[in-house]
Amino acid sequence: MAQTEAQQHPLGVYFKIWALLFILSAASYMVDYFQFEGWIRWFLIVIFMLLKAGLIVAVFMHMIWERFALVYAVIVPPLLLIVFVGIGALEADHTFFTRDIFFSPNNFVIEEHH
Amino acid sequence: MTQATQANTADPAELLPGTPGVVADWASDQRAFKRVPWGKAMIWIFLISDTFIFSCFLIAYMTVRVSTTDPWPNSSEVFALTLFGNKIPLILIAIMTFVLISSSGTMALAVNFGYRKNRKVTFILLLITALLGAAFVGMQAFEWTKLIVEEGVRPWANPLGAPQFGAVFFMITGFHGTHVSIGVIFLIIVAVKVLRGNMDEERLGFMTGKPQRYEMVETMGLYWHFVDLVWVFIFAFFYLW
Repeated sequence: MAQTEAQQHPLGVYFKIWALLFILSAASYMVDYFQFEGWIRWFLIVIFMLLKAGLIVAVFMHMIWERFALVYAVIVPPLLLIVFVGIGALEADHTFFTRDIFFSPNNFVIEEHH
Repeated sequence: MTQATQANTADPAELLPGTPGVVADWASDQRAFKRVPWGKAMIWIFLISDTFIFSCFLIAYMTVRVSTTDPWPNSSEVFALTLFGNKIPLILIAIMTFVLISSSGTMALAVNFGYRKNRKVTFILLLITALLGAAFVGMQAFEWTKLIVEEGVRPWANPLGAPQFGAVFFMITGFHGTHVSIGVIFLIIVAVKVLRGNMDEERLGFMTGKPQRYEMVETMGLYWHFVDLVWVFIFAFFYLW
């Protein structure tokens, strides 16, 4: 059996991250509780989400202590999803546009030929 | 000659600094993930595939939400609860989030105490994690019941607005809830294995035929943290957006 590196870290690290995750979750809940609207709402939601996700992957899932061969194998493929999100957004916008025209009769101009 | 001898006796798993280290690992013979237990490499490959599954659901949710011409229900009001005479928005989902994060914390501690070979504390922490996971599923069952029975939401219909809301809600939270439920079952299995002393005695696993070690607790932990990670995205995109 090849030697493997056990993930042994001081307990304090986990308690600190745990506390941070609680604070960030409370913060994202406050975004809704105080009814922030518009771009500030989307901005705060995404920031808190990415910070939480980053802390979980980096510390709880031990990613910062792994060899880069494994880190890259895990982190790089999901980046392709950004392209997928872009394609989805473009297509959805187009679908909404065509539905908007189709479902509102006032947008149709029926030309009468004489 | 001296160089050749050095190359032969050097530890093949020695990590070179920076990019050359990554290239050396990936270009090496037989093993790319050096000093990584096989169970960990396998669970990471599974988690990447699961990432793509959940991403497909969330991207599908984005496209139907953008393209619908019906109004999207306000999740803040839909998931509000009346507590002590006050209507508190989204409170049930907030509690579920805190429960799942707490279970992630106890799971991380279980992994740590596992590597310390502390059998009893690892068992107790795994059991607390399983209980918190079960509590999460219980609250989700309550949430589903409320939406189905009181609001009349169905996967194909929604009296509150866009019917796509029902389809997306049951699909995404259902798939996530299934992950949590399977996780709870496996947490109990791993907890029992720990309590029996399978890892201390390195007994052979009944499926793998390999000696069981405390690395198994970390593999379990990676799955459990992933379930929490998915919830972070569902909470942000489905409930808060």
